[in-house]
Amino acid sequence: MAQNTNTWFREKILLGMTPRDYIISNFNVPNLIAAVIVGLGVAVMIYRLFFGLGPSTNLSDTYPWGLWIGFDVLVGIALAAPGLALGTAVHLFGMKEYHHFVRPAILSSLLGYIFAVFALMFDLGRYYRIPYLIGWSWGFSSILFLIGWHFFLYINICLIEWAPALFEWLNLRKLREFFSKLAIWATIFGVIIAGGHQSALGGLYLVAPAKLHPLWYSILLPVFFLLSAIFAGIGMVIVESSITHKIFKRQLKDFNEAEYNRLVIGLGKGAASALFIYFILKLFDLAHSNTWGYLNTPYGYWYLVEILGFVLLPAILFTHSARKEKPKLVQFSGFLTAFGVILNRLNVSIIAYNWYLPTSQKYYPLWSEIALSIGVVGMLVLAYRFIVNRMAIMHEHPDYESVH
Amino acid sequence: MGISRRDFFKRTATIAGTSLLGSGAIAHAYEKGGPSIFSKGNTANRKNWKQWEERKKAPAPEEPYSVLIDTTRCIGCRRCEWACNEWNKNPNKPIKEFEASVNQKKSVFDNVRRTHAGTFTVVNRYISSKDRNPIYVKKQCMQCEDPGCLSACFVEAFKKTAEGSVLYNPSVCIGCRYCMIACPFDIPAYEYYEVLNPQVTKCTMCYDRITKEGGVPACVEICLAETLRFGKRSELINLAHERIINNPGKYVDHVYGEHEVGGASWLYLSSVPFDEIGLRTDIGTTPIPKASNGFLFAVKMFEIVGAWPLVFGAYYAISKARNKHKPSHDTSSEKKGEGHGAKH
Ligand code: SF4
Ligand code: SF4
Ligand code: SF4
Repeated sequence: MAQNTNTWFREKILLGMTPRDYIISNFNVPNLIAAVIVGLGVAVMIYRLFFGLGPSTNLSDTYPWGLWIGFDVLVGIALAAPGLALGTAVHLFGMKEYHHFVRPAILSSLLGYIFAVFALMFDLGRYYRIPYLIGWSWGFSSILFLIGWHFFLYINICLIEWAPALFEWLNLRKLREFFSKLAIWATIFGVIIAGGHQSALGGLYLVAPAKLHPLWYSILLPVFFLLSAIFAGIGMVIVESSITHKIFKRQLKDFNEAEYNRLVIGLGKGAASALFIYFILKLFDLAHSNTWGYLNTPYGYWYLVEILGFVLLPAILFTHSARKEKPKLVQFSGFLTAFGVILNRLNVSIIAYNWYLPTSQKYYPLWSEIALSIGVVGMLVLAYRFIVNRMAIMHEHPDYESVH
Repeated sequence: MGISRRDFFKRTATIAGTSLLGSGAIAHAYEKGGPSIFSKGNTANRKNWKQWEERKKAPAPEEPYSVLIDTTRCIGCRRCEWACNEWNKNPNKPIKEFEASVNQKKSVFDNVRRTHAGTFTVVNRYISSKDRNPIYVKKQCMQCEDPGCLSACFVEAFKKTAEGSVLYNPSVCIGCRYCMIACPFDIPAYEYYEVLNPQVTKCTMCYDRITKEGGVPACVEICLAETLRFGKRSELINLAHERIINNPGKYVDHVYGEHEVGGASWLYLSSVPFDEIGLRTDIGTTPIPKASNGFLFAVKMFEIVGAWPLVFGAYYAISKARNKHKPSHDTSSEKKGEGHGAKH
């Protein structure tokens, strides 16, 4: 029996190596860097748990939300939208040729949400009470309540969508079949739920009309957040696939470059439409709220950087590269788009928040806040790699036929 | 958003000009103001919530209460701060030290202060644009009629009572601090330095006093300058307007708190525009919860109504795909094999 579990462990977890070989094979510079990053993050987590929010953050009564909400949750969830974007495209719009992008996308959504919620735990004053939200005290009038529930549901949905890969790995055929059948329903439900909370994250700031800079505040905030989550999701699929196709090349035996490029360009077109719609809505919003006057202020310049440099520019680049068939440029625009969404979320949550305060009174993160956030990103990347190396994410499992 | 740029610069200048800006984040700038950001273990909010739960069956007053603050009368003695700390068992100092500030060259008045974990109320000093005289302005929770903090909380930790108080229940609070985002007056504070059981803290309009026969808030009771006046809200609104009418030129013609964000229990009178004395005039008269209610309604409608076509559409698509797939399964997987062969 002990022998059996041993071989199981060796096959499944250590990729068929002995523990010693496994450790040696992992002893290299990138892994050491990752270990330092994650180690520092864990140290800050422990510090936070033992000494509280005060010493471990720069949060104040004026800035109750800092980097851990702005980056870990707002940015994290927006960038975790690949599952939403591709799940919809493939399962609902029947764009079957994209189906091998789906598993990596779902995995990144699943991990993105899990780690966002994990990071959020350190920001909550009384994290251990989080179950209250699900079963004890319901604040129906709260947008945060909606978000909490949607996160909870969406993680479960992603788990269902990811379950087939898990059970292929564990070789549990029956369970795998069962979850494969559920997957399409999970996707539909997932689209509704993800759409709901992506927009609700923007909705969070609807209650702060006097605190968020007028250029960013809008009654359309939920729409902006939803739309930008969609192009963030597509952008991330492009970025991730361009990285993973390099790193996990050995898993893709006869990789067809031309076909892959064609699909990437198709993704770029999708992102471009979303970006253009977003840009036009932003213009309408400017006109409607008549905030043109603010454009000629420092905040206005910063706003223009975001809108022109990270919305309009990638939109044009995507369109151009699709016409000229330049996959490399699509990848670059993907980076630009994802970065733009990061910028947007940080603008709303930190930079343009309490905008009327003089710079010296504004919030900036403490080193420990940054260390924790980067540590969580490190954990996410390691978890992603761990799973991709073991389960059929990038390719299809040889023993199982495609369900699509 | 109806703020002109001039207003904005003026306000920024007021804030910047009256603050001794320390290095770095606001927390540091305030540390100098006192140790109250380090305060923890507040008991007043819990006590008031308990009393509210016990009193649920007791008859409600015919009308909610209010406090009127006439800033033209305030002498800056800060005794209300002392009394509030004393009654609510917040960290305190001898009353003499509070009274002394007004005559000191360097005093707490050099900073514009705000509420913190151990401070429910502060008095700030502004310089009148009319006669260059100091104006002292007390600040505390406004006890909104339709409070932003209440609607924001995802575990319903707040309650607006029939008396007018907005109370906070620390025994359900998870500590997300969204209430602090949603409060247009920047009132709720947080016990950041409490490790395991941090709470939100704020003024309760002395719920535990005003529910007693003849009780008035501790800060009102100690005020000798008759700046603060406690009473029924409608009566105080009338009184405020009477004062404006009977003293032409003395007040700006506005009772702050009557309509701001849907109305509040605390009301202010002032001789200069309110944004010059730290009371925001750009927050409008729409209650904060109205901003989010519409959206919540839209999401629920979408999820309930809009979801069905999606589900049926998908079901239709699947069954269609299945019928097409079955006979030609081989060819279709072959095609895929061609396309992105690597993945199979
Ligand atoms: S002033 Fe702020 S804390 Fe007080 S009731 Fe209004 S929203 Fe709530
Ligand atoms: S911090 Fe507490 S009281 Fe405030 S919104 Fe969050 S759970 Fe509610
Ligand atoms: S009403 Fe009571 S709690 Fe509020 S400021 Fe006055 S003394 Fe403090």
